[in-house]
Amino acid sequence: MKFDYNTRYSDSFKLLRHTDQRIAYGLLLMVLVALPWVASKFLMAELSYVFILCIASLGLMVLTGYTGQVSLGHAAFVAVGAYAHAWMLSKGVPLLLSLPLSGLLCAAFGVAVGVPAIRVSGLYLAMVTLAFSVIVTHVIGHWGSVTGGFTGLAVNDPAIFGAALSGPKAFYFLCLAVLVLVILALLNVLRSGLGRAFLGVRDSEAAAYSLGIHVSRVKVIAFALSAGVTGLAGALLAHHTKYLTPDAFTLVLSMELVLMVVIGGLGSLRGAVLGAVLISLLPTLISRIKPLLPEQIAKQFGMETFIFGLILALFVLFEPTGINGRWLKFRALVESFPLYRRDTFRRGKRYMKSERYK
Amino acid sequence: MNTRLLEVRDVSLSFGGVRAISDLSFDVHAGEVLAIIGPNGAGKTSVLNVVTRVFSPSSGSLKCGDQELTRIKRHEVAALGIARTFQNIELFEAATVMDNLLLGRHRFAQGAWWQQVLRTPTVTALEEASRAAVEEVIEFLDLSAWRNSLVSSLPYGVRKVVELGRALATQPKLLFLDEPASGLNPEETKHLAFWIDDIRTDLGITVVMVEHDMSLVSRVADRVICMAQGKVLASGTAREVQGNPLVISAYLGT
Repeated sequence: MKFDYNTRYSDSFKLLRHTDQRIAYGLLLMVLVALPWVASKFLMAELSYVFILCIASLGLMVLTGYTGQVSLGHAAFVAVGAYAHAWMLSKGVPLLLSLPLSGLLCAAFGVAVGVPAIRVSGLYLAMVTLAFSVIVTHVIGHWGSVTGGFTGLAVNDPAIFGAALSGPKAFYFLCLAVLVLVILALLNVLRSGLGRAFLGVRDSEAAAYSLGIHVSRVKVIAFALSAGVTGLAGALLAHHTKYLTPDAFTLVLSMELVLMVVIGGLGSLRGAVLGAVLISLLPTLISRIKPLLPEQIAKQFGMETFIFGLILALFVLFEPTGINGRWLKFRALVESFPLYRRDTFRRGKRYMKSERYK
Repeated sequence: MNTRLLEVRDVSLSFGGVRAISDLSFDVHAGEVLAIIGPNGAGKTSVLNVVTRVFSPSSGSLKCGDQELTRIKRHEVAALGIARTFQNIELFEAATVMDNLLLGRHRFAQGAWWQQVLRTPTVTALEEASRAAVEEVIEFLDLSAWRNSLVSSLPYGVRKVVELGRALATQPKLLFLDEPASGLNPEETKHLAFWIDDIRTDLGITVVMVEHDMSLVSRVADRVICMAQGKVLASGTAREVQGNPLVISAYLGT
């Protein structure tokens, strides 16, 4: 067991409070920075894709995991970010300006969607966001002058100050840098007043109102932040795919994002990253396993969808807190080894939830 | 004692054909502990919900100082220094006790959004001030053992105290407690009685509580209002109200 010995309140605000955390995250960062010099080009590209999905998953986590607003249409924000970035690049806007601008544009888009959408909640909100993403795909398909329509839009190679970032190594570092910045920014938000307001809105709107939290405004801010971060992922994704067509941003992508946050563990940034790593590497893993399977099974159509669904079902049934929850339990087991209680993490019974008002 | 903190005048509240409150008038004086009692369905919680703007009254006026409460929005009530607890505990369950109490500080400055994103020194200083204020509440309510526990892992009695603490963290002038003693054991109720007394005497906060436990009411309340069917039936000291024949018949249904 670890016990904090703080002499100032600000000691407890530190992101990495313990030596072992500093060592672990330091090592992880060093490995990620050193990797391009040992790993293959394929792995570089694959990891860049993982980082991009991590960013998108973090974006959705803010909205669904922290503020409790379901979205089945986040692929639309990825699409808006990607097309905005590609369009700005084609007009000669430099990458370092275009990247944050597409994030901001997406955030504005998030506000535009959020303002009408937060009037409903739960299943209805899921339907509204779903409908929104279908509309966005249609608009992209038919607004040929900007988006290239269904034939698609080629994306200029990334370049910073005239130096091309075309190699997988340079792009890998760009994605890693954006991911680290996004994580730091979200950590800061979530440990400040705004992040606490997100939690408040998620857990009890009645109490949130009574503490002076403007619930609908906080929800719209969450939509904006979430859309902005997801838009950044979209902008990077444009470089990864190099060619944008509307069918890359369908319901399947939205579903994958939802899978990431649910399997990772709602309400934790670590969960969003772990979920994104698992889901984005799963297709590669499946294709590696396929040759080992009997031919009858390996040739079946829709195997990936089946495995995705199976994993989601297993997690919802047996580990609703996701990979992050499993990790916390494992850590508690190690830290308190012979004294670990299996009931430590059992959810407390809800007492008297008879009267709830909105 | 005679400054009026809250003036409720001719307030009515109907839900369709049901009149939850009809032409209710009463005052809350600064520095008192006022208890509202009454049989089930008398409209006690509805009064709280009208004052905290969960419901809008069908008619009547609610004045807190110079501010007409019916004109402001639900989230603006906290800024006037009105805090409340809930009958069925509305805590933020997946958060720690510390985060719940810090959320009570939401009405104070938190820093602009971009300052929060960058975690500027201004934000750190504000957070430290919030922490210091919350630590005072923790000290006052003896919650230090639970500081970093998740609310979902706490026993019922402690949750009640945390909710009281969250309301105190907003540094209110006027505190509404909705059945603070329901579900507490006699020992916890005794602690609560001391706390309510200290909240009034040491912190200078006016307390209005809806309560069924008459031993608690007679121990801490300066004034008692008995409601039945949305109206004030009797008011006075606990002893006077308990002895009033109208009150007795309302409870016994005769």
